[in-house]
Amino acid sequence: MSIHVARPGLLSTVQDLGRHGEQHLGVCPGGAMDPVALALANALVGNPVHAAALEITILGPELRFEQVTLVALCGAEFHGGLPRNRPVLLAPGTRLSIGRAARGARAYLAVAGGIDVAPVLGSRSTFLPGRFGGLEGRALRRGDVLPLTEDAAALSQERFGALKNTDGRSVRWSGPPQTVPDREPVLLHAIEGQHFAGFDAASQRAFFDAVWRIAPESNRMGFRLAGPALARGDGDEILSGPTALGTVQVPAGGAPIALMADHQTTGGYPRIAEIAYADVPRLAQLAPGGTLHFAKCGLDMALELRKDAKARVDAMLQSIAWEFGH
Amino acid sequence: MAKFRPLGVVPLGDCAAYVEFSRTLDLEMNSMVQRLAVALRLRGMPWLRDVVPALGGVALHFDPAFEGNVLELAAELVAQCLKKGLPAAKEFESEIEVPVCYEAEFAPDLDEVSKKTGLAAFEVVKRHTAEEYRVLMIGFAPGHAYLGGLDTRLAVPRRAAPRAQVPAGAVAIANEQTVVYPYAISGGWNVIGRTPLAVFDAGRLRPSLFAPGDRVRFRAITGKEFQRMAAEQ
Repeated sequence: MSIHVARPGLLSTVQDLGRHGEQHLGVCPGGAMDPVALALANALVGNPVHAAALEITILGPELRFEQVTLVALCGAEFHGGLPRNRPVLLAPGTRLSIGRAARGARAYLAVAGGIDVAPVLGSRSTFLPGRFGGLEGRALRRGDVLPLTEDAAALSQERFGALKNTDGRSVRWSGPPQTVPDREPVLLHAIEGQHFAGFDAASQRAFFDAVWRIAPESNRMGFRLAGPALARGDGDEILSGPTALGTVQVPAGGAPIALMADHQTTGGYPRIAEIAYADVPRLAQLAPGGTLHFAKCGLDMALELRKDAKARVDAMLQSIAWEFGH
Repeated sequence: MAKFRPLGVVPLGDCAAYVEFSRTLDLEMNSMVQRLAVALRLRGMPWLRDVVPALGGVALHFDPAFEGNVLELAAELVAQCLKKGLPAAKEFESEIEVPVCYEAEFAPDLDEVSKKTGLAAFEVVKRHTAEEYRVLMIGFAPGHAYLGGLDTRLAVPRRAAPRAQVPAGAVAIANEQTVVYPYAISGGWNVIGRTPLAVFDAGRLRPSLFAPGDRVRFRAITGKEFQRMAAEQ
């Protein structure tokens, strides 16, 4: 069982919820840039939330499905392709052409049984800089064959058969959109980073006042933010320290970088802020040119936001499980 | 040495905390941080996903499903480990010998280093292979180790313009440290040799050649030996 890649799209990679426990060896967690959309897509085809799916970026691929396959496309809205946020049973021989992103930047195509590449260090996520994980550690190319589990066709039929409220090859309902921002600038909550106080007063204000634009040289490692240059008041040398998903660091040039899924595990630049975990998936849905601003929050509020976000995802997963008769 | 007690605990977002012990590079503190990281990992707390020893402190990364306060939990876990006592460094550190070919084709910056230090190229190599280094931290890229203990006579600044690509296995120096590049990546350190060993291989049982705390020595090999060893990798 497999999917044939007729056109790879701009950057299509296999991703799951990432690899954990190896950061002390410099291996970042990686995984889906928008883990909420990945979880939703997986749930809609009856997979565990951490199964491997295809992360599609800005320009979609064209794929050919050999056998009957239950799929779901979640996250960003793309032209063409499939109805979003619902399970769809594709007939054998279906050519699925996904166009350009209309809203948001990243979509996830989940397949019943998951994409069956070999796990590397406990995860099927593609880590492009290190060339491991996913399909040979790289983005899809024309002519690639994405392996599915041997029982993917049977699983697809069986799971689609278990669904209530079906309508033809899909269902009468759809999951709620979760992370794709409907207006810009996107508001992101951020707590002060360890070195916030070391920036001069004007830079401290500018960080929370400015509308930032995602610069073109942004990728899965980090988003470079274009806006006012930030300067430090103290010139103290900073000892290389750890970083995390959502850390905003400021290199000497003064343009901040928000660290994303494939970030380096340590860094020597001052950390001006830390974006709330609950808001990172919405940041991941911005393409270069997209705009955002930061709202200051405390650790308690960031924890609350994360708790609320988790409750929303759990409720959504539960209602999808109910549709499958669980 | 000063008492080993955190200077503070700061949030790294709302899923991780950084417990800081030193703001400047202090080798003894750095070694204590590595021992603490091993103790924390051995403790096996279910919500604790990653323990990352950095130069002057340790980061604790928690599962986002954990709903408590990361600062409080990190501080408590560290206090418990310190109270119980830390494992000795010799319990986890390995001794690693790294063969390096310092011949011209692998050492684009050796002449420059020679000029800056006023030492002949063979003298640079002699001093680089004479020392025992310790892995202070792994970061920047998988398996990318910062090795402390460079002969102070070899301390040169980073290159003014970083190279777009430094090949895998490149051995480089800057300031008072030396590194071995795990794979082809951009970098600004002065490349003085190359090892045929795979520094990081995700498919290997022990993916990273280096781990925090390891003791490392470099041994000079010829171009011929390099080719033979590279073929065996």
